[in-house]
Amino acid sequence: MGSALRRLLPYLLRYRRQFVIGLACVAVTTGVSLLAPWVLKHAVDDLYAGVTRRKLLVYSGALLVIAVIGATFRFLMRRIIIGVSREIEYDLRNDFFARLQLFPLSYFQSRRTGDLMSRATNDLNAVRMTVGPAIMYSANTIILFFAAIALMISIDLRLTLVALIPLPFVSVAVRYFGAAIHRRFERIQAQLSDLSAVTQEALSGVRVVRAYRQEAAEMERFGRANRDYLEGNRRLVRLQGLFFPTMSLFLGLGALLVLWLGSRDVIRGRLTLGGFVAFNAYLMMLSWPMIAFGWVTNMVQRGLASWGRMREVLDAESTIADPPPDRLAVLPEVRGAIEFRDLTFAYGDRVVLDHVSVRIEAGRTVALVGPTGSGKSTLVSLLPRLFDPPPGTVFIDGLDVRNLSLAQLRGAIGFVPQEAFLFSESVGDNIAFAQGGANAANRARIEWAAGVARLDKDVAAFPNGFDTMVGERGITLSGGQKQRAAMARALFADPRILVLDDALSAVDTYTEEEILARLKGVMRQRTSIIVSHRVSTVRDADLILVLERGRIIERGTHDELVDLGGFYAELYRKQLLEEELAAS
Amino acid sequence: MVVRSDRRLMRRLLTYLRPYRREVAGALGALIGGSALQLAQPYLMKVTIDRYIAQHDLSGLNLIALGFLAILIGAFVFEYLQTYILQYVGQRIMFDMRMQIYGHLQRVDVQYYDRNPVGRLMTRVTTDVDVLNDLFAAGVVSVFGDVFTLVGIMLVLLSMNWRLALVAFSVLPLIVLITQWFRRHVRESYRTVRLWIAKINAFLQENVSGMATVQLFGREAENFARFDAIDRGHRDANIQSIFYYAVFYPAVEVTSALATALILWYGGGEVLVSVLTLGSLVAFIQYSQRFFRPISDISEKFNLLQSAMASSERIFRLLDTPVTITSADGRRPKAEGGFRPAAGHQPSAVSRQPPAGHIVFDHVWFAYTGEDYVLKDVSFEVTPGQRVGVVGATGAGKSTIINLLMRFYDVSRGRILVDGVDIREMDLGRLRALFSLVLQDVQLFSGTIASNIRLGAAIPDAEVRLAADAVHAGAFIDQLPQGLASPVGERGASLSVGQKQLLSFARALAFDPQVLILDEATSSIDTDTELLIRDALKVLMARRTTIAVAHRLSTIQDMDRILVFHKGELRESGAHQELLGRRGIYYRLYQLQYKEQESAEAVGER
Repeated sequence: MGSALRRLLPYLLRYRRQFVIGLACVAVTTGVSLLAPWVLKHAVDDLYAGVTRRKLLVYSGALLVIAVIGATFRFLMRRIIIGVSREIEYDLRNDFFARLQLFPLSYFQSRRTGDLMSRATNDLNAVRMTVGPAIMYSANTIILFFAAIALMISIDLRLTLVALIPLPFVSVAVRYFGAAIHRRFERIQAQLSDLSAVTQEALSGVRVVRAYRQEAAEMERFGRANRDYLEGNRRLVRLQGLFFPTMSLFLGLGALLVLWLGSRDVIRGRLTLGGFVAFNAYLMMLSWPMIAFGWVTNMVQRGLASWGRMREVLDAESTIADPPPDRLAVLPEVRGAIEFRDLTFAYGDRVVLDHVSVRIEAGRTVALVGPTGSGKSTLVSLLPRLFDPPPGTVFIDGLDVRNLSLAQLRGAIGFVPQEAFLFSESVGDNIAFAQGGANAANRARIEWAAGVARLDKDVAAFPNGFDTMVGERGITLSGGQKQRAAMARALFADPRILVLDDALSAVDTYTEEEILARLKGVMRQRTSIIVSHRVSTVRDADLILVLERGRIIERGTHDELVDLGGFYAELYRKQLLEEELAAS
Repeated sequence: MVVRSDRRLMRRLLTYLRPYRREVAGALGALIGGSALQLAQPYLMKVTIDRYIAQHDLSGLNLIALGFLAILIGAFVFEYLQTYILQYVGQRIMFDMRMQIYGHLQRVDVQYYDRNPVGRLMTRVTTDVDVLNDLFAAGVVSVFGDVFTLVGIMLVLLSMNWRLALVAFSVLPLIVLITQWFRRHVRESYRTVRLWIAKINAFLQENVSGMATVQLFGREAENFARFDAIDRGHRDANIQSIFYYAVFYPAVEVTSALATALILWYGGGEVLVSVLTLGSLVAFIQYSQRFFRPISDISEKFNLLQSAMASSERIFRLLDTPVTITSADGRRPKAEGGFRPAAGHQPSAVSRQPPAGHIVFDHVWFAYTGEDYVLKDVSFEVTPGQRVGVVGATGAGKSTIINLLMRFYDVSRGRILVDGVDIREMDLGRLRALFSLVLQDVQLFSGTIASNIRLGAAIPDAEVRLAADAVHAGAFIDQLPQGLASPVGERGASLSVGQKQLLSFARALAFDPQVLILDEATSSIDTDTELLIRDALKVLMARRTTIAVAHRLSTIQDMDRILVFHKGELRESGAHQELLGRRGIYYRLYQLQYKEQESAEAVGER
């Protein structure tokens, strides 16, 4: 817990001035509110003894002034402390997101998006409750508690001790109920996740359920989980329902003792009537801190648990980062020569690339073909360090990619993946992604890139051209359109090295040929690596590599490989057949 | 308008309370009893001061103490009853609602699932319903309690001294104004905050999923700036809403103090001229302080109402989704016999029925959306006992045939006849009972091996065992620690793809259908299990009408008839050799795959 708070402290210290002022406001407003019963005490005593109307007006006025001062500071207290908690929430969320941006692809592949989002929202909110409302209420509670007791003692010590008799019972009750509620609550959470699991299964297996007419059985299964959840909740409610009444009972017993013994004291003249009335008022004020105490504990517990979950992200180190300054190499200009040198790469124990060596001169076009799972995509994803290659295996212009800054490395590579990820912005914004979106200055370049990727005709048909929104509330692009948009996005960035990772798989062959023809002019000045299943895509490459189980089994030009009569030749023959079939 | 639709939603929500009228009445009674006892406390104070302290009556004080104790215990009982009943009724309503939503999800057209991702539907069943719980448990009914307390205090004050009461009430218009102001602004700022939260979620969702793209294009700084803008918007909206809260509570406090001051000034004067007792004055002050608590409570609940309305709107939209695919007599598609799990499985009865499974597609057209036809004028006939293979390139419309036959979707044009009856005229349960469907992606449910074979049907263990053995699943099941009773984890992670496939065969066999439907059922199997599976298939298909959609031609070569689909049309039909001889589409498909297999084998030998 200590280290957890230490990690949080810098965020709090940034606003120490506001905290100090806010807490001062808490002190003032609490202190002032304690004055009101005191005024009442004197008023009642005076009334008992006989008083002038003018004096009554003074008392009334005092009550009002106290309330206005108290209210002003209460307003400031809330405004400042809760406001600061929102500032801290904002800082934390920004840091959280900045941290996420540093993590490599593998980090996101092993985690669920929903889980990360929940940490950035739900957990963060629990943390905020701890640094804001929890701090405010506990300060309020502590001050109120001690000040009220001090004032009560000043009225009558004996009566104060009597009034506090139920206090130990209250704290025992709080602890007992707290623990029991916590246990039952955990069970309910487990039951809820059962319920979710049953629902999830039945909903994702809807076809099987319907086909085997298991609707009724599924209803029953769901009903069982639902009933368990209901039963668990009933158990919790039974206990929780007891909590507050028990608290009021204990507090009421204190009030009862005060009423009983205090009124005797008034009769015996040990206590004035005003003192008696004020004492009762203070006692009523005390009931609030006791309730708040349990509430704040709960809030802090949850906040700490959530802070732990956030720290898992905030404290995680990124494995793919810029090289340390002593290793950093800077290329004045990237030419685009690539080398894989005896590269062996594994995901955990699974070896995906096995002693791969290739040298690609700047400006050349190299194609990769091979069956699914042969390591093609992995090979190209090592180039921009989406995954990290072992040191001394992947080079650009003779320098290890691990020694280049990520900005220079990735800036030099235009990577077009098979599953094109587009953002819900306009088509133009997506294409001009590398420059932060479309604007008047880069319009021509967007049009040029879209033209090469053969997206121009599609865009012309969109309601708002390049300004058409992509995604939920805009136009939904087909798989082929998405791939072509991703291609335009890469071309827009004017990279020295262009990587097409099966990037035209959803584009029909006719359009693909058009794109390839247009690309030819563009590619002349760049190094290209093309991964594909289609012979038509790769046949004109300077060098074709055939990968199988992580090894290069064939290499050469189209004609050489066809003559070789191996995997590539077979692929070629089959695709001729397929083309024939498609034409029929 | 928004307010009117809120009212409509509210009225509909209240119907869920109806089955629990008695409980709600009880809770209401406890609530009123509890409030009444609360109200008695300041009055006791008045009596103590005026009667006993003023007259120095010690024995009377004991009586008062006893009375106070009785009130405490009574309040304890009432408060407990009220919370327990209300919370429990809330939970019961959630239970009912979940059953209703889930039940509806079991009936809506499969097409609904195409449009709504499972995650969203789960939110309806869990999160949205939980939000409503707050409304029922803490909201609706306790508002009555608050109102009762308010009215009660007013009556007590009026009866004690009506002039002083009116003086105290003079601050009420002020309170009404403050509350109105607060409600209007909080409602608005609540909406704004929700909007920003939605933006944060959308941005995170998109950027976490597309992080690789962001990084490849070096957009981290730009995207951080965008996130910062959204985050800042969220912060500022919240700080704005803090303002309303920060004003509201102190304002109520000042008003309350104003009332106290008025009572003290005016009432104190009355005490001086002995129109009012000192005890009454003290009681008046205490009452006036209690007066304002329910008012801020009610305002607080207004927030609760806001989020509950949003959730209930989503839930009702789901519940109001019409079901278009129903049995001919309009009954909802449900297994015959409603909730009984055994429904639908009567193997002995089925085998006694005359042979059936005569299927006719009569000029069938179908489009999933609009005019985008995936099946165009398809007609064919499958006679009882015939085994038919369906082949074609991806997107040729093969799987759609199954979707239509099972009535997951209804045909756009034309008709499908089973045993001479249009399937839209048949009872859905009876129609689907004719078929056993084996899908490419095997859906396993958490439970045991046995429960995954029999699903919810009352198939005895012996028959489950027989079915498993018949499809060669027995061998691997016996190797599991608890045999048929071995648990199957979430998504069946512990079983291999081939084993899962065998399990789904056992399931299909255990239901002993007249028609077997295989959807690409053997496309993702390693060579080791392939032989087992081929053999298992033979067992499955024996004496049964079979429709097998296949990508691999090898699995359907010895079918009685093969239908070749191409671009949504039925282009060729006939037996394997016959089709080969025709040298058309099938011939080319065959050549394509035959070579593939040959080369795969060649690689294997190497």
